[in-house]
Amino acid sequence: MNNYDAIIIGAGHNGLTNAAYLAKAGLNVVVLEKNDYIGGAAVSRELHEGWIYSSCSYVCSMMRQALHRDLDLSRHGLLLVPYLGTINFGDGGERLFSYHDGEAARLELKRHSPHDADAMFRFRADLTRYSLLIRKTLLRTPPDPTSFRPRDIHELLFLARQFWALGEKQIYEYVRFFTMSAAEYLEDYFENDLIKAAMASPGIIGTALGVYSPGSSYILLHHVMGDVDGSIGAWGLARGGMGAISDAIANALKEHGGEIRTGAGVQKVLVNNRKAVGVVLENGDQIGAGIVVSNLDARRTFTRIMDRNDLPDGIFEKAVNFKIRGSSGKVNIALSGMPKFTHVPENRYIARGGQGFAGSLETMERAYDCWKRGRWSDDPFIESVIPSAWDPTVAPPGKHWMSNFVQYCPPELADGPWTPEKRDQFGQTVVDKIERYSPGFKDLIVHMEVRTPHEIEQEIGLTEGNIFQGELTVDQLLFNRPFPGYAQYRMPGKKLYMCGS
Amino acid sequence: MNTTDPYAGERLQESPFHPRLQALNIRNAWASWNGYKFAEYYYDAEYEYFCVRNSCGTYDISPMQKYEISGPDAEAMLNRMVTRDVAKIKLNRVAYCVWCTDEGRMIDDGTIFKLSSDKFMLTCGSPCSAWLEKSVFGFDGVKVADVTDNLAALSVQGPTSCAVLKNMGLIGIDAAKRFDIMRFPFHGDTLMVSRTGFTGDLGYELWIRPALALELWDELYAAGADYGIQPYGEVATNMARLEAAFIMPAMEFNEALRTVHFEHDQTPFELNLGWLVDFDKPHFSGRSALLREKKRGSQYALTKLDIEGNKPAEGSYIYKNKRCTRKIGYVTSAMWSPAVKANIALAMIRTEHLQGQLWAEIYYEKELRQYSRVARCTRKEKPFWAPARARVTPPPDY
Amino acid sequence: MKRYDSIIIGAGHNGLVCAAYLARSGQRLVVLEASETAGGLGASREFHPGFHVSVAHTINHFSRKIASDLKLASYGFEASPKLLPTVGLSVDTKHVVLHQDAISGTSARDSESYHDYARLMMRFAGLLRPFWLKTMPRIGNNSLAELMTFAHAGLNLRRLGKNDMREFLRVVSLPARDLMDEYFDSEPLKALLSWDGLVGSKLAPRSPNGAVLTMLYRMSGESKGAHVIPTGGVKSLIESLMTSAATAGAEIRSSAEVDRILIEGGGAGLVARGVRLIDGETIEADRVISAIDPQRTFLDLVGVEVLDIGFTNRIRRLRCDGYVAKLHLALNGLPEFDGLGRPDGRMIIAPDMDAIEYAFDDAKYGECPQNPVMEIVLPSVHDASVAPTGRHVLSAHVMYVPYRMKGGWTNAARDLICERAIDTIARYAPRIREHIEHRELLTPMDLEQIFRVTGGHWHHTEFAMDQLLMMRPTYEAAQYRTPIPGLFLCGAGCHPGGGLMGGAGHNAAVEILR
Repeated sequence: MNNYDAIIIGAGHNGLTNAAYLAKAGLNVVVLEKNDYIGGAAVSRELHEGWIYSSCSYVCSMMRQALHRDLDLSRHGLLLVPYLGTINFGDGGERLFSYHDGEAARLELKRHSPHDADAMFRFRADLTRYSLLIRKTLLRTPPDPTSFRPRDIHELLFLARQFWALGEKQIYEYVRFFTMSAAEYLEDYFENDLIKAAMASPGIIGTALGVYSPGSSYILLHHVMGDVDGSIGAWGLARGGMGAISDAIANALKEHGGEIRTGAGVQKVLVNNRKAVGVVLENGDQIGAGIVVSNLDARRTFTRIMDRNDLPDGIFEKAVNFKIRGSSGKVNIALSGMPKFTHVPENRYIARGGQGFAGSLETMERAYDCWKRGRWSDDPFIESVIPSAWDPTVAPPGKHWMSNFVQYCPPELADGPWTPEKRDQFGQTVVDKIERYSPGFKDLIVHMEVRTPHEIEQEIGLTEGNIFQGELTVDQLLFNRPFPGYAQYRMPGKKLYMCGS
Repeated sequence: MNTTDPYAGERLQESPFHPRLQALNIRNAWASWNGYKFAEYYYDAEYEYFCVRNSCGTYDISPMQKYEISGPDAEAMLNRMVTRDVAKIKLNRVAYCVWCTDEGRMIDDGTIFKLSSDKFMLTCGSPCSAWLEKSVFGFDGVKVADVTDNLAALSVQGPTSCAVLKNMGLIGIDAAKRFDIMRFPFHGDTLMVSRTGFTGDLGYELWIRPALALELWDELYAAGADYGIQPYGEVATNMARLEAAFIMPAMEFNEALRTVHFEHDQTPFELNLGWLVDFDKPHFSGRSALLREKKRGSQYALTKLDIEGNKPAEGSYIYKNKRCTRKIGYVTSAMWSPAVKANIALAMIRTEHLQGQLWAEIYYEKELRQYSRVARCTRKEKPFWAPARARVTPPPDY
Repeated sequence: MKRYDSIIIGAGHNGLVCAAYLARSGQRLVVLEASETAGGLGASREFHPGFHVSVAHTINHFSRKIASDLKLASYGFEASPKLLPTVGLSVDTKHVVLHQDAISGTSARDSESYHDYARLMMRFAGLLRPFWLKTMPRIGNNSLAELMTFAHAGLNLRRLGKNDMREFLRVVSLPARDLMDEYFDSEPLKALLSWDGLVGSKLAPRSPNGAVLTMLYRMSGESKGAHVIPTGGVKSLIESLMTSAATAGAEIRSSAEVDRILIEGGGAGLVARGVRLIDGETIEADRVISAIDPQRTFLDLVGVEVLDIGFTNRIRRLRCDGYVAKLHLALNGLPEFDGLGRPDGRMIIAPDMDAIEYAFDDAKYGECPQNPVMEIVLPSVHDASVAPTGRHVLSAHVMYVPYRMKGGWTNAARDLICERAIDTIARYAPRIREHIEHRELLTPMDLEQIFRVTGGHWHHTEFAMDQLLMMRPTYEAAQYRTPIPGLFLCGAGCHPGGGLMGGAGHNAAVEILR
């Protein structure tokens, strides 16, 4: 039995990051990954010859700049390029183009509604304000409100002061933002349905909420907080696909002396005297370590790789109750050319690769209603990106690769389990919808890979294929994440930590 | 959107005067204002500035936002929105106004034109549709229409401006008092002229249907040929308005609805616009907050400074002491004034330090080397440039 | 012209509670009620000759303190009537019955879980109880006295112990569905228990932020969440409040609809001076207290011209759309519900949480629910005076019925939802149709028109996290004072809300007398 200072279970980007920081601090670290590739959901794979698929995640928005610098990721080959242009398609055939340039963006909004073009200034200012507040809290280890420890009390006071400093009007608006539905929150700003849909759609990705659900407007903020190149709200694509992020972090890890073992699925965390002491691999090997860090989601960690007897009372139940709901599907398509969209000028600034097929708030909400009933909508919300529009490394010259994130897709179907046939029908629904806006689209398809929550869970071990490893709702955030009392990354059972999302 | 031009959505709109502006913009120096293509300068900013001070300049204000507010309660609606008493604006008169949030923070400034007993025009530098929509709620009979694109507007400013308009055939224009509106027949339509402007000098603003914009331009330039008429752009405007100590959004004040940080916006009192706040008129938005501020005193005061030396104090801090250890304010706009030969600035200074000696730490560059100098500042009560002709009716011959 | 100390607009229960307190303190006051009868949604109405019903058909948490302060018992209000059992109707007649601490009709495991659940929820409800009869501190006001409410609550929270406190902070924003799934297996039980968190709100089982609070609001009442019909019906509460107020000297005028609250302006600032009735009569007073909903108060009676624009916008944005329709049936006999004895309980028809969710899904787009869910009582079983001898009244809260119907409300649309509701009842009481002499369905739009309450909303404005506590109805008006000196609020649109509790009326009176 070889010994390490730390074992990290799962080579997702959070696992790798954690390992890299530990290795940089001088610890002897090993990352254990069950698949034969690393990256978890941040992965680039050549699933069709010549095309590099970012088969799971496709944009990055919330990666912290400090991480980029601390691990020197640029030197390790990472280039994040802001993802700017999206075309939003409305139910009635309207198009809304988004621009990075303020004047162009305003002219485009004004084309749909002069009122909304003006309101956008206030919307952005308000969102930025909330975003700054959240950022002040996101980087800190959440306090335990029930604790009397000085650190926790200090942290709580810090949060309270941050909050109080906003003043009565801001607190009121903050609570509105925190608790209302996206649809109702947007009412105060916008009148145009397509603009509202375009604003709300990013908030709903990956969640098991609808745009009419209370609490959904807060999730919108979570997506606007990314900081690519210092600008709040900018989303980034990684040159070489999302796997480039994982690869760069892995390179940093290795440079600091860390080790990565692929094909090394963990069967069990070894606990001795309520203290994690190592792991047993699926092949029976045992590895010992001073600390064990799990990059798996909370439910997996405590119900699959931990022995229930090793856990304090109630943790198993809490893990079972921890909400992880799969709601998204992914359709990856290799294209023989750039798709043309009706009434969209062939303009390289507009066709920078993003399409949002939201339609309207009602269409999105109805898609959610279908998910609740265990089926997928015929008219789903699709967020598409064609990274090859600017990244020459992911498809052969002149050919393109398109990522389609589909909201909603149920982890279980009402009429029985997922089958390959149903999976393909789901993919067909997506292709049919895109074809409506881009006649001839189907003829461009060279290869297609469809992933329902079922596939995502099977392959990369995200329970129900949930991209956040757990619902981002108030009852599961900050000091409540993953469980009340265990939010400080330190887990029940000494020397066991968590580092997932 | 015109889909034959793939960049249509990204191109700036062009003002109705654009064909003429384009021809005159030798330097191709374009900026943007509210989505319109807009000249930074045409040939030489300082030359354009001197036209405004010495003869006559024209400035395209078509991109300015213009809203028509009409209906039996239009006056009541505006009166509740702005801090000034709209009921006191007489027919065919214009009034400079500001409007505030409930917290008394300034959203924007602009002018209100009283066109008839139940019809007003509100003009402002930035779009105001969203706030107007909120302001008009509850006034069922009031209609707000954005007429920005339906009205071409040209500012004619400078000592010869009245003479040019007279020469153009606008008989009686010299009788117009400051803030008066007059109307003249023009090619079967009406040309509206107001004696208003943003230069602190004699000047007029011309309002016309876009289809007649070029006719207006041509007649004006024909009439002005012997009176030194020239177009001027944003740079010259900014110079002239600073000499007149007029405030500019994103310089002296941050529009409240676009402000991210708590109280990084301003109040009318802080901007020396207390004279626009009328507590005796019917209720208006922000009244209670402004009344509190009036009683308690403001945090900051916008101050006119005459600074020793000739290095513009752009971006400078203002200190209480020469050693620059006690920071008490910051400069919002600064320049060397070619007309009054002074190094002038507007600065926001904490009111409790207003009375003492003020020092500015000025940074400047000489051939890539950075220098700094501490300069004594003198407070000025009056605008730096305020010629009598701007207020006299009829205006004297240049 | 008489001069009063106070004018109270609206003789709903909160208006009457406030009036009674102020009158007892010696104020000269008049309560102006637009309808012919006082009581608002608690008033008794003859909906068919000889048949009477009130929109609020049970009482759930009327404050015992208020009842005793105002001596309501001596004016005919039964203080502690027996608690109604709550019955979850099931088509297979395996009804789930909750009565006091007992539960029947469900598995042993669920029964056991129910006791754990009820114990915990009652502890949490106890945590909120001190909030109801208190004025919330104004945000930003750092005065120690004001913050004590919070400090006190914080201390109570601590007293729960570490684990329960953590659980409270987690559970408080949970959707009803998640909470139920954590405790129970039985779908009818889950639906039954989530009902009180959802009824009257724009919330479905999957909606986060609100359901648990609403549930706790009801559970924190005197009868711990159970409902009662006092002897003499809900109207006995209204009548006793009226007598109490009148005995103390308050004048109560019916058919006196206020057209405008008179606000004086000018250099000294605004002040409320009185009201003008629709017939032109003006009444002056030192203060005007509005018991009607915030939108009507500010937008209709005050008028936006004396309000700041941001404040007006906040009032305008209050979410006031009701989602409950009221079904009233005049029956020629006592209907039989399959597998149930005398229908003397509060019966819930909601087979499972999906049924509630799907009924909501229809309504959120402004459509009629295919399968409505509802709560039924037969007030005539408890109070024979509401119907002719031998006959009965069935009263039901039918959910979810949109205030804003797609295409507008028509008689056809109203008939459709009425038919669907009766069809639904017929699944449990198959012979119901034979008994119906007359039927009436009041949509939220009808409730708005009849009772002059915006959106037909029971609580005047939605019970949502951003419209609660010191933000109810908005932060400027959450302490019963408004931006206009001399104008106060005392209705359900203020903290703590409606639901025949009396808290808002009580707290407003305390503030006014301070």
